[in-house]
Amino acid sequence: MIRLIVNGRPVEVDDEPSTPLLYVLRDTLELNGAKFGCGLGQCGACTVLVEGAAVFSCVVPVGDLAGQRITTVEGLGTRERPGALQQAFIEEQAAQCGYCTAGMIMRAQALLERNASPTDEEIRAALEPNLCRCGTHLRIVRAVRRAAEARQRAVASGVSSLGRAG
Amino acid sequence: MGVPDMKVSRRAVLSTGGALVVSFALAPSLAGAAARSAGRAAERSLPGSLGSTPMLDAWLRIDAGGITVFTGKAELGQGIKTALIQVAAEELAVQPQAITLVTADTARTPDEGYTAGSLSMEDSGTAIMNAAAQAREIMMRLASERLRQPRGELTAAQGAVIAPGGRRIAYADLLSARTLHVRAEPRAPLGNPAHRRVMGRSWPRVDIPAKVFGERAFVQDLRLADMVHARVVRPPSYGARLRSVETAPILRLPGVLSVVRNGSYLAVVARREYQAIVAMEALSGAASWEETASLPHQSRLFADLLAWPSRDVPVGRRGRPPSLRRSHAATMLEAEYRRGYLMHGSIGPSCAVALFDHGVLTVWTQTQGVYPLRSALAGLIGLPESRVRCIQVEGAGCYGHNGADDAAADAALIAKQVPGRPVRVQWMRADEHKWEPYGPVMLARVRGALDAAGHIAWWQYQVWSNTHSTRPGGARELMPAWYLERPLSPPAPSPLPLPAGGGDRNALPLYRIPSLRVDYRFVPKMPLRVSALRSLGAHFNVFAIESFMDELARAGKFDPVEFRLRHLDDPRALAVIRTVAERFGWRAYRRLAGCGKGFAFARYKNLAAYLAIAVEVSVDRGEPMPRVLRVVAAVDSGEAVNPDGIRNQIEGGIIQAFSWTLLESVKFDRTRITSRDWASYPILRFSAVPRSVEVVVLNRPGQPFLGTGEAAQGPAAGALANALADAAGLRLQDLPLSGDRIKGAMGS
Ligand code: FES
Ligand code: FES
Repeated sequence: MIRLIVNGRPVEVDDEPSTPLLYVLRDTLELNGAKFGCGLGQCGACTVLVEGAAVFSCVVPVGDLAGQRITTVEGLGTRERPGALQQAFIEEQAAQCGYCTAGMIMRAQALLERNASPTDEEIRAALEPNLCRCGTHLRIVRAVRRAAEARQRAVASGVSSLGRAG
Repeated sequence: MGVPDMKVSRRAVLSTGGALVVSFALAPSLAGAAARSAGRAAERSLPGSLGSTPMLDAWLRIDAGGITVFTGKAELGQGIKTALIQVAAEELAVQPQAITLVTADTARTPDEGYTAGSLSMEDSGTAIMNAAAQAREIMMRLASERLRQPRGELTAAQGAVIAPGGRRIAYADLLSARTLHVRAEPRAPLGNPAHRRVMGRSWPRVDIPAKVFGERAFVQDLRLADMVHARVVRPPSYGARLRSVETAPILRLPGVLSVVRNGSYLAVVARREYQAIVAMEALSGAASWEETASLPHQSRLFADLLAWPSRDVPVGRRGRPPSLRRSHAATMLEAEYRRGYLMHGSIGPSCAVALFDHGVLTVWTQTQGVYPLRSALAGLIGLPESRVRCIQVEGAGCYGHNGADDAAADAALIAKQVPGRPVRVQWMRADEHKWEPYGPVMLARVRGALDAAGHIAWWQYQVWSNTHSTRPGGARELMPAWYLERPLSPPAPSPLPLPAGGGDRNALPLYRIPSLRVDYRFVPKMPLRVSALRSLGAHFNVFAIESFMDELARAGKFDPVEFRLRHLDDPRALAVIRTVAERFGWRAYRRLAGCGKGFAFARYKNLAAYLAIAVEVSVDRGEPMPRVLRVVAAVDSGEAVNPDGIRNQIEGGIIQAFSWTLLESVKFDRTRITSRDWASYPILRFSAVPRSVEVVVLNRPGQPFLGTGEAAQGPAAGALANALADAAGLRLQDLPLSGDRIKGAMGS
């Protein structure tokens, strides 16, 4: 049994330690956010946060993560209480097929946690590992900028948080 | 009931405009031959897909449960769901939230063939708009009788018909189950385009929230009770035969339930997904294959393409054949353009779930065509079509015929071996890269002459390419079927018919040219698997035509925009071009060192959306990638239902076309495809996408829907090539444009 903290909740999974985190999230824990895109660390569709840092969940064995905090897009908010990035992606309509979207949001989340007001150049650089075949890139950059601004306003007015769990 | 399947004829009576219209509500397949041909003539005049599915209740159901709209088209990330809901909401005078939309499902929705060719709004949007308007009118008349009020004094709003005093009857209370089981009329009382409430507004896409909250949004996310996971061991190369494989050790691996072997078709089923992957890798290691070197030399591909037997398809003839009295031609130019194979490159490898239970096969699939897939799968599995149901569930964007149908075939073949349990199959990245059908290789030769006044006097264009569609059809087009014990082989390819065409799509320039000859050299031989890639031949043909237009403009010392305008008459073409020139600041443009601008225009298929685009790039000596600084595009796709949805599609189309044009070409050796992942087949990443893209939508309320999804591919390629030529003073005729070619050309 391997213990993890997923989206703020402690869980125990019985997968082989060599199983990449992606399959534990999707198959064992039945979370949809992280997607299989390449299994090779080349596309970022599987991006999640481990202890606040963006990782390719398709290449990280779950056995290496015992006791660590993992966040998927499900952990950032809900329809009723959307996270800042989720809200911004909807407002900017920053998806076409949307298969890359959750990975994009998670990588952006990691960026905003270390840089609250990134420039467009910094956003592009941070998102470089993630591919989008639909060509939604510019909307994604706008959505990240919008989320950063919304979050700054929220901080200024005393309301907190990028998303809920983390 | 989505599709009428009545066993006996009945008559539905509907009063319209004082006259009594009697319509025979026969299922088309049961109608007598005479009635069928008479019906056909009538149905040809019905708008959109009403022509093939004329009963209103195939499209619309209104009852106490609400309003349900049925479309045979599929959401592919293009936003079609939202646009169709808007159309229905407009004509039914309700808010979009009041409508539930059911998409492609052979048990529930009309047969609208493939979701392809940018035809969804034209086919399904038009059908739903007309069906909804007729349903509204039926309800108004019924309400007029019930309320004893003249029809003209009633209004429809918020799901009810309302009389002047405020009395109202809800739609659901006006209709019985069969009221809408009537045949559509050729002319529906459509709403006034000047008073749109819902159409023409940027309604937020209904599919996006599920995707940002990590809800179940994709076929990849389906988890059915008792579901198992399968992976296919694909052969290492086309035509490889499985010589031997030892399966016993594989069956002992954790979670493995079975190994499926049928000829050279090899797959493994396991309880959990990662167990299936581990077993697939082991099985792949245990298999030995016999391969053949069936691929051409990549370095000689274009010479081969010209040498392979071809069949001539005349595309356009105008004026007298040129007498070639060169003295009359002030300027004469020629050029040759080339494009290799392009990948669809979906970010999510193809996936399907299938359940074979009590002799019935149900497949959840990301296909673009549930009905054609159903007949292909029925043939593959040996079941009557009535025992196969295909339900479309979104996958990652496909951009044409990729592995989606083959993955459905995989799921069906494997599910047949484990009856009673849903089987989920997802391809691995290398499967998708190596086995999807590519956008075909293309080559064009162009010659043109300007007269003394600087008008194009004649134009000759020949394009060599394969077929641009090998979609099923039948089981023979399904790739897994080629490897079975009793293999099927794909049917002989044929060119797609004009005017839309395939390899010759947009081969005919829209420009006014008095003497012209355009030919498609259709090449049946296709050593690499090919099929429909977004816009088919239009990407390359428009790239070639628009590059050559710039060559001619330069030779005649004309501004490229002026040169295009002086060869066009269609006011809608002129409007998109002028809009872009103005917004871009074309005339006033001041070139900085290393920068340049490029322009292009096309009307997709020469009969759909108009699109013009201007691009500014900068190139740096020694750097393989140009920077795209700025893009301005204008699109006229007829009446715009969801302008932001159109912008989204066009922005995405431009960026994707830039990726194809700058970076992409499938690599292979004599035996194997060697583009097997994103390292060996790179696509555009954030660092290389344009700094800005502005898309202007020219809305034409009341005009037919022209479709949007593929309009940008060709013009984006042409404008980029023209901008590079302007910035670097070089003309690149081979795709992809970037990399060593730019460096090499600039160094020389
Ligand atoms: S799926 Fe993990 S990087 Fe592509
Ligand atoms: S929105 Fe389709 S891959 Fe990014």
